[in-house]
Formats: sequence, C-alpha cells, structure tokens
Amino acid sequence: MVKYIIKRLGIAVVTIWLIATLTFCLMNMVPGGPFLSEKAVSPQAMAALEAKYGLDKPLFQQYLTYMSDALHGDFGDSLKQRGRTVTSIIATKFPVSARIGGIAVLTAFCLGVPLGCISAMNRGKLGDSIIIVIATCGIAVPSFVICTVLMYTFGVKLGWLPTLGLSSWKHYIMPVTALAFYPTAYITRLMRSSMLDVLGQDYMRTARAKGVNRFVSLFKHALRNAILPIVTYLGPLLAYTVTGSFIVEKIFTVPGLGGEFIGSITNRDYTVIMGTTIFLATLMILMNVVVDVVYKLVDPRIKLK
Amino acid sequence: MKKRVISVLLAAVMTVSMVSGLTMTAAAEEAEGKQLSVQIGPNPETIDPALNSAVDGGNMILHAFEGLLTIDRDGQIAPGQAETWETSEDGLTWTFHLREGLKWSDGSDLTANDFVYSWKRVCDPMLAAPYAETVLGMVEGFDEAIGGDLDALQVSAPDDLTLVVKLSAPCTYFDSLAAFATLSPVQQATVEANGDAWAVDASTYVSNGPFYVTEWVPDSHIIMSKNPNYWDADSIKLGSIKFNLIEDPNATYSAYQSGEILFAKDVPTEEIPSLQDSDEFFVDPIIGTYYISYNTQIEPFNDPLVRKALNLAIDREYVANTVMQGTYSPATNFMGPGWVDTDGSSFMDNANGGEPYLPATADIEGAKAALEEAGYPNGEGLPVLHYSTNDAGYHKPVAEYLQSAWAEIGVTLEIEIVEWSSFTPMRRAGDYEIARNGWVGDYTDPSNMLDLLYSTNSNNDGKFNNADYDAAMDLSRTTTDPEERSAALHEAEDIMMEEYACIPLAYYNDFWLQSPKIEGAWHSANGYWYFMYADVVE
Repeated sequence: MVKYIIKRLGIAVVTIWLIATLTFCLMNMVPGGPFLSEKAVSPQAMAALEAKYGLDKPLFQQYLTYMSDALHGDFGDSLKQRGRTVTSIIATKFPVSARIGGIAVLTAFCLGVPLGCISAMNRGKLGDSIIIVIATCGIAVPSFVICTVLMYTFGVKLGWLPTLGLSSWKHYIMPVTALAFYPTAYITRLMRSSMLDVLGQDYMRTARAKGVNRFVSLFKHALRNAILPIVTYLGPLLAYTVTGSFIVEKIFTVPGLGGEFIGSITNRDYTVIMGTTIFLATLMILMNVVVDVVYKLVDPRIKLK
Repeated sequence: MKKRVISVLLAAVMTVSMVSGLTMTAAAEEAEGKQLSVQIGPNPETIDPALNSAVDGGNMILHAFEGLLTIDRDGQIAPGQAETWETSEDGLTWTFHLREGLKWSDGSDLTANDFVYSWKRVCDPMLAAPYAETVLGMVEGFDEAIGGDLDALQVSAPDDLTLVVKLSAPCTYFDSLAAFATLSPVQQATVEANGDAWAVDASTYVSNGPFYVTEWVPDSHIIMSKNPNYWDADSIKLGSIKFNLIEDPNATYSAYQSGEILFAKDVPTEEIPSLQDSDEFFVDPIIGTYYISYNTQIEPFNDPLVRKALNLAIDREYVANTVMQGTYSPATNFMGPGWVDTDGSSFMDNANGGEPYLPATADIEGAKAALEEAGYPNGEGLPVLHYSTNDAGYHKPVAEYLQSAWAEIGVTLEIEIVEWSSFTPMRRAGDYEIARNGWVGDYTDPSNMLDLLYSTNSNNDGKFNNADYDAAMDLSRTTTDPEERSAALHEAEDIMMEEYACIPLAYYNDFWLQSPKIEGAWHSANGYWYFMYADVVE
C-alpha cells in the first residue's frame, strides 16, 4: 500500500509539471498582457513594469525562472494586485472557499445518501417519484438560476437572509445551499441506482432468507457496498467544490478562490493563473489518491496495485 | 477502533475550524458611530495612491488620503492639506503652504517633506506608476527622475510647511493635479519598511485623509473609520464607511433593495427603465465621451469625406436616449459638459461660437452627399467595413445600431466582438478599421482629452496626424496667457471636428441608486463620490 501511494505520488508530480508547462505556454500564447488598460501606460512605465517582473526576458527563460522559483515554494507576486503574493492570495482565499465548499459537500453527502437509500427502498412508490423529480431538477438547473432564485426570494422579497458577505452563520445559508444543490441531487441518484443494484444481489437475498433484520442487512451489508461509487465521486467533488465556484462567489460576494481563478485569466495575471492552476491540479490529484486509499478501507477486497 | 477515533477527531477538527471561521470574520465589524454602507465598485486592484489608475480605486483613496488641494461640492478646487498656494508670474513656480499641525492617521507629524518623498516615489521607475507622466510630466527634472535619478525632480521643502514645485513649462491646471489622488502623500517609513505590501494590509495603511482603513477583506469589503487625527475631523459625522466590493450588478441591486447598502453604483442596465421615475435614481454628467475611432491611416478612412458621411448618418439622440436608455447624453461635440475653460467657464459653451459641431439627429442627405463627393455614391465601391468592440455595457447594442444606421447610406458593416484583454492592445496598435473608444477625464482641463488626438500620443488609437492640430496643442502647452491658451485649445477642437477625426457619440454620465437616508454626499464631474462629510439619517 505504501509502495502504491509512493508510485501514485510520483505520477502526480509528473502530471502537475505537465499541467504547469501547458498552462504556461497557453497563457503566453493568448494576446494581451497584465499591464494593459483603457488608458495607455507610458512606454517607460510599461518597460519598467516588465523589467520588474521579468517579463522582458525570453519566454523560455521566464519559464525556467518560474519553475525553479515554484520548486522552492515561491509562486511570485501578483502582477495585478500589487503588493500581494500569489501564496498570500491562495492562503487568504482558499480557507473561505474550503469552508463553504466543505459544508456544502458535507450537506450533500448527509442528504444525498439517505435520500438515495429511501428512494431505492421505496422503488416505484410515491416517495421515490418525488425524490427522483427533485433530484432531476437539481441536476438540470444551472447554479446561477438557483443563486438568483434564492437571492430574490430569501434576500430581497422575504428579507430573511443577508445577501452579501460572510459575517454570520446566516450569511452561509444561501451560498452553501446553492453549492450543495447539484451534488446532493447527483449523490441521491447515484446512491439510488447503486443501492438498487446491491439490493438485487444474491447475498442480500441470502441475508434476508437467514432472517437478518431489515435495518441490519441494509446498514451492514448493502450500504457498505452501495456507497463505493459515492466515495469515488466524493474525491473530485470535494477538490472541485472547496476550490470555489465563480458564480456562487460572484452573486453572494464571497471572497473565495473561484473568482480569483477566473479573474486572473481575464486580467492576464500570469503568476496568479499559474499559482491557482497548480494548486487546483495538486488538490485534484491528491484527492484522487485519497479516494483510492479510502476505497481500500471501505472495501478490503480491493487490491491497490 | 483506531479508524473510528481518527474519523471522530477529523470531524471534530472540521467542525471547530468551520465554527471559528464563522465567528472570526464577524469580529472587526464593530466601529464607533454610524456606518455608511455603499458599493462603488468591485475589489480595487490597488489602493496605493501612486499605483492606482482606476476610478473606483481613486474614489476609495480620496476618502483615506488628502492631497495638497481637493475638489469641493461645487466642483471647484479647494484647500486640502495646503491652506494657501500661489504661482510665480512666469507660471513656472508653484508654492504650497501647508496647514499647521497636520498628522498621519497613526498620530505622527506630516510635513512638506512627506510630499517631496511621495512625489519622487511616483517617478520611481522601479515602482512604475501608471500616472507618473500625467501628473508630474511638466515638473522640471521629470525625465531624469523617471530614468532613475529621483532627486532631479524639482520638488522641495524649504521648511516643514512649504512645498515648492518648479515646472519646466507652464501648466495652468497644476492645481487640478495637486488635487489628484496619485499625488497624495504616503508615509515614507511605512512604505520603506513594507514595500508594495504596505497598501494591502490595514495595519500598515497609514493615511492622512478624513478616514483610514481599518479592515480590508479582498473581494468582500473595505472598512474605513473616521480618522481622529484629520485636521477637519470635527466636521466628519460618520463613524465609518463600508465599501462593499460587489462585482455583480444584480447582486448590488439585491443588496440595495434589501437595505444592506444605501448606495449602489453598479445598477443592472435591464433595471434602468423601471428605475427612471424613482427619486432614488440619479444621473449626473462626468467629463468624458463615448466615441468611435477609425484608423485614419488606411483607406477609406483616410478620406475626411468618408469620415464625415459616417458621422452625419448617426442619430445621436436615438443612441443616447433609446439604445443607451438615457444613461448617456447625445454628443454633438468632442468635448462635452464639465470641461473647464481657462477662465473657469464651460469649455463646451465656448466651443464653435456656442453652436454644436454636429447635429443631434441623423442627417442622411448630408451623409449621402459626402459619400458621393468622396466617390462612393450610395456606398458603391466601398468595401465591407469592420467594427471591433469588446462586449460590455452598451457596446454591442451600439454596434448593432451603427450597422443599421450606416446601412441607410449604403455602408455594410460587420461586427467583430473581441475579448477585452485583446481589444485594447489591438486598438492601440492600429490593428483595426473602426473601433469603439472612450475617455473619461482625469482632471477638468480640456488638454486631458484633446491630447488624445496629438500625433504622438500613445492613446491616439485613430492615428490622427494633423500638423495644424499638433501646432495648436503645442501652443496651448507653452503659453502662459490664459486667453491665448483657450483660443489654441478651441482651435484644436475646431480642426479635429472639421476633419472628423473621430465619431463622438455620447457623453458619459454616472448613474446610481442612493437612499434618501444619505445626506451631505456629492458627486464630481471626475466620476468620484464624496462621502466624507455625509451623514446617515433615519
């Protein structure tokens, strides 16, 4: 198992290097630059800025410098937000996104799994149909619609919830709901089909024939097998959600990492593009490794090679 | 068992960190006195006075800092940190006399030397301040200073209360520049100890204005509290101002409707028709013009007659009032309302003998005649023209309007939408045929906008090159006689309008939502709101 993890981490390093290199090339191919504005910056100022951040050097040299700095843990200064380092931007924004995303994933898991089970056990009945309709809506409706509807209903019309910032627990309700909506629906559907699959297995019939209590058979035998696809989904979901959602952050004025990720691209803030991309990629890959390990813990029959 | 312990521990850690996060962010909200909650823009890229080039950043800086001079509620230059100031006869030496007992927000003394340091800092090539040339280009020794020899800049402090500035050429509007946010003083010790990072952290953001920053959560809010060390602190009624850094206009509008903010600058354009009768909706002109550039160096735009035809075919009233929903005003001149002539009167009223250069409505016959004279009767022989714009605000509807308006005189127009970051360099390089353009003035002297068409100006996107125009602008820069200067500036506008150097379309306005609870705030023609003397009444 240790050998397996080391091997996976080795591959991860190569993957991250490839992603960083590709991002570096692509972002430099796109026209524009970080120091442009509607009003022209004087040629001296432009030259001084480029010299200050090393953008006057040949691209390959810029690449080498960046990679060597990054290896030493220095991801550089933001070119747009003068005075902020990329590391400090990630360090202040990621916890915000992680908190909201973490609560959202927890909510989705705690709601989706039981709903999926209930749905599967009541297959074809009214409860199942209601859950399926809601879950389908949850998957089909894009998040900006959910955000807007929440904002309009609870923020503006009813005035129950604050519409911006994160200064109290009440502020968390709308962004977390908006973020949790899709994964809840997805987990519900995934859980339902997986549960149905397991319930039809021979060993479940055997268990029931032996006279095992319905709940014991469900929790001890069925759930543990049925939950495997959820675990697979949970890793990337967690990585994806905790790094922030551009739309949710924008609408609820949440100072998270998602906005930074998109904003840096439109701003051509090269160092922030690189930093956030590498960070996101690393997180995504690590989560996948974690999922594999958790997999093994949940289902000892799985061999990691 | 071990596994269970670990998972319980993990869950506990997660819960604690989430809950502590919830309470921590609420901590710094407390401030004494009334708080005014507003939205004037998204997260500013910087609030370092020397580095800022954005209007919303400048607006925040104006609350935290005060320059030598300031703009009062009537739009006039008023004393700021300097109580009095005078100009030598040749217009080359400006002397500012500071108030006694000025202090920084941290309580330490502020002297004329702080201005000397700050102005030299603006020239520092290592800082690369975007506005250095605009605000200090006329100061003697600027060229050496921007090259690295900062002490060459002829700004000196003979004593703690006097600042002397020597100019290399007369600059009658230098008082406007002295009120410009870029030239605010910054504290040398703090800046040198923290580098660029001094301006990103409330604890090192030492300022000298009516307010000082007590909290900045990027992309969330900036809180500025009343600065008790400000010389006019007794006139400040608010305890604090919260600038909500909301990016999305719809979110801004929701926050305004729910009463969380009392002032909203970014109003969604689709809501404007329903707001126009509201007494909380305001429209006020700012100095600036939405115009269209064509590349005057390529065919057919090198022919003034073609340019004339394109100009006359436009119904500016329709553009401003219908396409732009009345949030702009029709532009019949290049220089609109708000620009100040050398005698303090309105530059626009004095232009062209008080008559507009262009008709407010379309003159299709005139346009067709010009096109025929140019050798393209009914547009025959003209190639398909291409209009480039980025997609924001009214840019696309305007492009579509132009397409239909020019079709009436037989011109076929194709629209190309270009991403913002690619659009500006493309336009600057002259790599286009026709492109959207616009300018909002930094200060009210007309040269700020007329310079755009000077042949070597880096913002001369249309590559307009006219010797008479350049000569008129040169004269305006060298003369010390206000009347001669005024005449030269008007002549420049006459020439560019006669030549149809560009297509003025609409004058910019600011439009915003403001609760009647706000009293004593005002808006300037530079696009800034002044909340420092405001109050919130129930």
